[in-house]
Amino acid sequence: MKKRKFGLAMSLVLAAGTILGACGGGGNEEEQGGTAGEGGNKEDAFTVAMVTDVGGVDDKSFNQSAWEGLKAYGEEKGLSKGKDGFDYMQSQSDADYATNLNTLTRQDFDLIFGIGYLMEPAIGEIAGQQTDQNFAIVDAVVEQDNVASIMFKEQEAAFLAGVTAGLATETNKIGFLGGMAIPVIERFEAGFRAGVESVNPDADVQIQYAEAFDKAEAGKAIASKMYSSGVDVIFHAAGGTGNGLFTEARDLKKKDPERKVWAIGVDSDQTAEGVVTIDGTDHNVIITSALKRVDNAVKDLSLQAADGNFPGGEVTTYGLTEDGVGLAPINEELENKAEIEAKVEEYKEKIKNGEITVPGSYAELKTFSAQ
Amino acid sequence: MSLMDILLILVPSTLLWATPLIFTALGGNFSERSGVVNIGLEGLMVIGAFAAIVFNLTFVDALGASTPWVSLLVAMAVGALLSVLHAVASISFRADQVVSGVAINLLAIGAALFLVKLIYGKGQTDIIQRGFSKVDIPILGDIPVIGPIFFQNTYYTSYLAILVAILAWFVMYKTPFGLRLRSVGEHPMAADTMGINVIKMRYIGVIISGGLAGIGGGVYAQAISSDFGHATISGQGFMALAALIFGKWHPLGAMGAAIFFGFAQSLSIIGNSLPFLENIPSVYLAIAPYVLTILALTGFIGRAEAPKALSQPYIKGSR
Repeated sequence: MKKRKFGLAMSLVLAAGTILGACGGGGNEEEQGGTAGEGGNKEDAFTVAMVTDVGGVDDKSFNQSAWEGLKAYGEEKGLSKGKDGFDYMQSQSDADYATNLNTLTRQDFDLIFGIGYLMEPAIGEIAGQQTDQNFAIVDAVVEQDNVASIMFKEQEAAFLAGVTAGLATETNKIGFLGGMAIPVIERFEAGFRAGVESVNPDADVQIQYAEAFDKAEAGKAIASKMYSSGVDVIFHAAGGTGNGLFTEARDLKKKDPERKVWAIGVDSDQTAEGVVTIDGTDHNVIITSALKRVDNAVKDLSLQAADGNFPGGEVTTYGLTEDGVGLAPINEELENKAEIEAKVEEYKEKIKNGEITVPGSYAELKTFSAQ
Repeated sequence: MSLMDILLILVPSTLLWATPLIFTALGGNFSERSGVVNIGLEGLMVIGAFAAIVFNLTFVDALGASTPWVSLLVAMAVGALLSVLHAVASISFRADQVVSGVAINLLAIGAALFLVKLIYGKGQTDIIQRGFSKVDIPILGDIPVIGPIFFQNTYYTSYLAILVAILAWFVMYKTPFGLRLRSVGEHPMAADTMGINVIKMRYIGVIISGGLAGIGGGVYAQAISSDFGHATISGQGFMALAALIFGKWHPLGAMGAAIFFGFAQSLSIIGNSLPFLENIPSVYLAIAPYVLTILALTGFIGRAEAPKALSQPYIKGSR
């Protein structure tokens, strides 16, 4: 009986340790915040901080990109990482958002970013309580006077990816792999389809949603289906599900190096995911990536705010013109690389000078097609 | 699409999906047949995936083409090692088996991510260059009709999984070891009276389960995701557990259930290209695997009988 109790106690300690461990971290940081607040001998520097969502600052996606933006801002202003310059806090779970935002508020940062639409409720709540503090949120809209909302014209990056895909395809069959049918992904899809249509109206675009952002096997199965039905270029806007697409593309390339299988990445330059080594030579199955420059947006907004122009209560939309979205360099292995690059440049200009308005929803896509 | 085209996509992707589940469900089978609940399968898969990827990345230059297979063995060893923790807590110390399993899940993902950060300085690993890739199996792949459907564009690991399932059935139902294993899960006191070392049998059951779940994770990481990050294993361990129950704690049943899950998932993906399913909104196809599972569990298989002594620690001499 004694032994049994010991076992139970051990399990309890293990479980409690996990839970209390999380609390412990938060507590310490709060104490630090307290001392910083009491010190109050801060210089005039405009300090900024960010709270990541569960991805962490090295997620190869928008948290990392946002952190790079903050670092670039700090560099430009000659600040260093820490309470008197720029800093970040990582969230281990949804429950950490509000705590982290509060902690940073107590550390007297002048502007605090929440990265990702997951943080929308937390920013709304804390901004309502801390009305003297300025916040910003990426990828969502919070309608409060002390919150600046950052949105992107993903459709413009996707449009350029569509132009690339439309010109790169030889079978005139193109695939789009979406994560979930949410507004952001709808912008990607609409922009992509419009891009394909602009340069290659005969191409058939197959659309499929995996209904998940973290199911690589679903991505792989969808990619497998599309490639085997004759598709030769697939664009994904599906986060981790897209890993399956790259695995499938690399597999097919490895099996038959002559075959044309291409994939287009998203958010950041994903070229590194597409490397295939066949008989000692490196090939790459990724043509390009539709970039979302969270770094530029975060840096730009910080600079604006530092100059006293904090766009509180407004939605700032970053598109091609503001360098908020873009397209990664085109793969060298493409035979018509020069032609594609020229077309991409041409359309970039057309979008920038307003000649083309890229559709950001299915409804807009319909009117776009009609033209 | 002709029927042939449909099968050409459906069968390989079913097998792809099912393979990690088969290995892991078989693992759960050994543990639960010996009377120890193993809810830690998810965590064991995580650690297997992690070990396979790290080993693969590190030794790919030295081992060449055999890398993924050796990595799989390493994943098995590491999974078995981690499961010892579960065994010690739940068998020797008689802790609640569910709590111990959950602890394994938390520990595995935490430790794996921490180590990835420590080793590579970032949140996820690079992609591996030599994973399991698609092959056309020689000779068998040349058989007309059947060849292209079952033996082309597939993975050796899928066939290994099926072989292991048959082997597991043989071991569990046709050997003295299997009889002993099952007896300690049904009535440990009777088994003890007959001179079977209950504690030892349960340890073996849990360790085998750790090894197989490690392989499951290793196969998933090296055939599907190609890297390791926080979302690499997201729920497959629990799917495997469901497959085990669906398969009535029988190795071949568990295999069948895993293949059924794979089939349902593949159908949901290919569904919108099928003539008779194309008008159904995709959300219904996406939930179909789960609905089918619930229907199958409630309707077709009847009551699933768990091993009688499942989740009860064995205390010598108590009644």
